[in-house]
Amino acid sequence: MPEHEPPSPPPIPESRAVPKKRTRFSLVWFIPILAAIVGAWVAVTRVLGQGPEITIIFKSAEGLDAGKTKIHYNGVDVGTITAIRLTDDHRHAIATAQMAPKTDEFLVEDTKFWVVRPRISGANISGLGTLISGAYIGMEIGQSKSEKSNFVALDAPPVVSGEMPGRFFILKTLDLGSIDTGTPILFRRLQVGQVASYELDKDGKYLTVKIFVRAPYDQYVNPNTRFWHASGFDVSLTANGLKVQTQSLLSIIVGGIAFETAPTALILPAAEEKAVFILYGNRTEAFNPPPRNPQTYQLVFKDTVRGLTPGAPVEFRGIPIGEVTDISAQIDLKTFEFAVPVLIRLDPQRLGVKVFDLGPGSNLETARRKLIDALVAHGVRAQLRTGNLLTGSAYVALDVFPSAPKTTVDWAQSPVQLPTTAGQFANAEATVEDILNKLDKMPLKEIGDNLNKAITDLDLTLASARGTLTSAQGTFDNTSNLTGANSSQVQQLNETLKEVSRAARSLRVLADYLEGHPESLIRGKKGEAK
Amino acid sequence: MTAMQQGLQSCEGCGLLSRPAPGENEGRCPRCDEELTFRKPASFQRTWAYLIAAAICYVPANLLPVLTTTTAAGAESDTIMQGVVLLWSPTGWPLSLIVLVASIMIPSAKILALAYLLITSQRGSAENNEQRVRLYRMIEFIGRWSMVDVFVDTFTAALIQLQPLMSVEPGPGLVFFAAVVVFTMLAVESFDPRLIWDSASTKEVTYA
Repeated sequence: MPEHEPPSPPPIPESRAVPKKRTRFSLVWFIPILAAIVGAWVAVTRVLGQGPEITIIFKSAEGLDAGKTKIHYNGVDVGTITAIRLTDDHRHAIATAQMAPKTDEFLVEDTKFWVVRPRISGANISGLGTLISGAYIGMEIGQSKSEKSNFVALDAPPVVSGEMPGRFFILKTLDLGSIDTGTPILFRRLQVGQVASYELDKDGKYLTVKIFVRAPYDQYVNPNTRFWHASGFDVSLTANGLKVQTQSLLSIIVGGIAFETAPTALILPAAEEKAVFILYGNRTEAFNPPPRNPQTYQLVFKDTVRGLTPGAPVEFRGIPIGEVTDISAQIDLKTFEFAVPVLIRLDPQRLGVKVFDLGPGSNLETARRKLIDALVAHGVRAQLRTGNLLTGSAYVALDVFPSAPKTTVDWAQSPVQLPTTAGQFANAEATVEDILNKLDKMPLKEIGDNLNKAITDLDLTLASARGTLTSAQGTFDNTSNLTGANSSQVQQLNETLKEVSRAARSLRVLADYLEGHPESLIRGKKGEAK
Repeated sequence: MTAMQQGLQSCEGCGLLSRPAPGENEGRCPRCDEELTFRKPASFQRTWAYLIAAAICYVPANLLPVLTTTTAAGAESDTIMQGVVLLWSPTGWPLSLIVLVASIMIPSAKILALAYLLITSQRGSAENNEQRVRLYRMIEFIGRWSMVDVFVDTFTAALIQLQPLMSVEPGPGLVFFAAVVVFTMLAVESFDPRLIWDSASTKEVTYA
C-alpha cells in the first residue's frame, strides 16, 4: 500500500470514500475456461466426426485435387482427398483420403476405388457429370470382413458390380478382336453380361478374357457351351457360298461375344464360376471345332487344283472331316510330270474310329491305320471337286470309287499319301479330248473322195434309171391300151360276163325247181311228161 | 516517481488527479464520478484470463474453415491460411498480404506481445520500459484492424447468395476468429500499462 508522504504545495481534493467488496479470484477466469471448453468440444466433435484415413494409389492423379475431390458411393459423399503426393518410386500418385465417420466397415480387403471421368467405352457413355463437376472417386464396397486402409485404385471403373448376381467365366482366345471392357455378352442376341477385363497371358500365347454373365442367364452356360466373337459382320465366302452373319445392331458397332449350347449337346449342369472356355472366331467355327487329334496326309493330284485354297474343306460324302493345310507344286525332271501335293489335316475319328473296337493292346493309331487301310481297300479315293460354280472354289472329297484300281497305303511315308483319283472336271476333259482325238484320226479326205466317186456313180445310175423309166412308161401305155374302155378285150369280157350271168340265172331256176320237185331228177318234168 | 508513489490517483475518465480519502484506498472521481483506483483492479489476472482465452480460440480459428463456398463444382471450405494461399496470385497478392497481416500476423503478434508484457511486468523487469510502452500502444492501436477479416467474410457471405449457382457461408472458424479478436482487445484493455514502469520506479526508489 502506498505510503503517505507529507503533501507538497497545492491543495489536492480528496476523493469520497466508498466501501467496496473485492473478490480476490476474478470471475474473468471463466472466460478462458469457457473458451477452453468450447474449443475442446469442437475438437472432440471434429475428431469423433472424422472417419478413418485411407490411402489410395492411383496410376495418375490427373483430375484429382487435394481437398476437393470427393469419394462417392452410390452418389453419396463418403470422403474427401486431403493430400496427393508421389509414391516413393515416383511412378504413381498416392492420395490420402479422409473418410466420413462410420465408414470403417466399408473399407475392407476387396473394396475398390477408381477415378470417375467422362468415359466412352463400348456400349456406354458414363461419367458425363464429371465434365462439369470434375473427376471424383468411385467406390465399390467389398464383401470381405478384414479391414484395410491402403488401397490401389482400378484403372477403369469395374463394369460389374460385386453385388450383382451372376457368374464370371474365363475365355481363352488368340485374337482379342474388337473386345473391350464392357463389350456385351449375347445369348440369343439378348445382352446378358459384359466383358469384365482382359489380359495377355504371361507366355503371350493366349488372351484371357474375363466375362460376367448375369443371373439368371448364367445357368445357360454349361461345359458344352460354345463362345464366339459376334463382332459385327461375319462375312465368309466358302465352298458353301457367301455367308453373312450378324448379331444385334449394338454388336455390329461395338462387337460382342455370343454363346450358345448346341441343341444336340448333352444337357449338363451349369458351368462353375470361373470355368474356362475357348472363344471361337465365329459361330461356324464354334460348332465345328478344329480336329482334336488331327493327322496330316498328303494327296497328290495330277490335274489342276485351281479353286483349292488352304482352309478348303475335306469332306467325306459331304461331311467335313478336315481341311486343306498346304498346296505346293512338284515337277519330276526326268519324266516332266507335274504333280500337286496337297497336305490335308484329317480327323479320322469323325469317320467313326469308334466302330472299330479298341481292344486291349490296340491303340488309336492302329485303329486309325486299320480304318484308312480298309477304306482305301474298298475304293475310297480323294477327288477334287468344285464346290461352288460361281466362285470356282474347290474342295477335296473323299468318296468311294469301286472301279478304282487297287492300291494300298504306304504307312512308312511321311506324310502318309492317300490315293487320289482324277477330278470330275478332269474326267470330262479327258472324254472330250478322247473324242477330239478320234475325230482327228478320221480319214476325212478318203471319205470325201469316196463321196465324190459315189456321187459320179449316182449320176450314171440316174441316167440308166431314166432309160428304165422310159421303157416302163411304154409298158404302162400298152397296159392302158389293153384295158381301155373301147378295147376288144373289154367288150369280149363284157359279153362273156353276160353269158355267165345268164347261165347263173338258168342254174338258179333249175335249183329252185329241183328244190320243189326233187323227184324230177328221176321222173323228169311232170308237165312236160304229160 | 509515479502518482501512486505520491499517493495520488488519476481518473481514467477525465484524467483528474486526486488523492484518496484518508483511510481509503479507492474512491470516485470528484469531477466525473468515475471509479478511481491506483491501478486497474486485478489487471494481471484479467489480462491473463483474456489472453489465455484468446490463445485457446486461436487454435480452432486457424484450423476450422472460415468460409464455405458452394458452387456447381462442389462445396469448398477454406481456412484462413487456405484463403491466403488461394488469393495469392501475381495480381492478387496485395489482397492476400492484407489478409495474411490482418488475420494471422496481427492476432498472433498481439497475443505474443501481451504475454511478453505481462511476464516482464510481473517479474518486475525494469529494462526497455519505453519500448514496452511503445509495444503496448501499438497493439492497442492495431488490435481493431484484426476485425477486417471477420467483416470481409461476413459481408461476402451476405452478398454472395446466388443459390443454387453459388453461395458463400461463414464457417465455424469465423466465430472463433472473432472471439480471438475480441479477447485480445479485452486483454489489451484490461492491461494497465502503468504496471510496466511500476517495477522500474520501485527499483528507482529502492536504489535511490
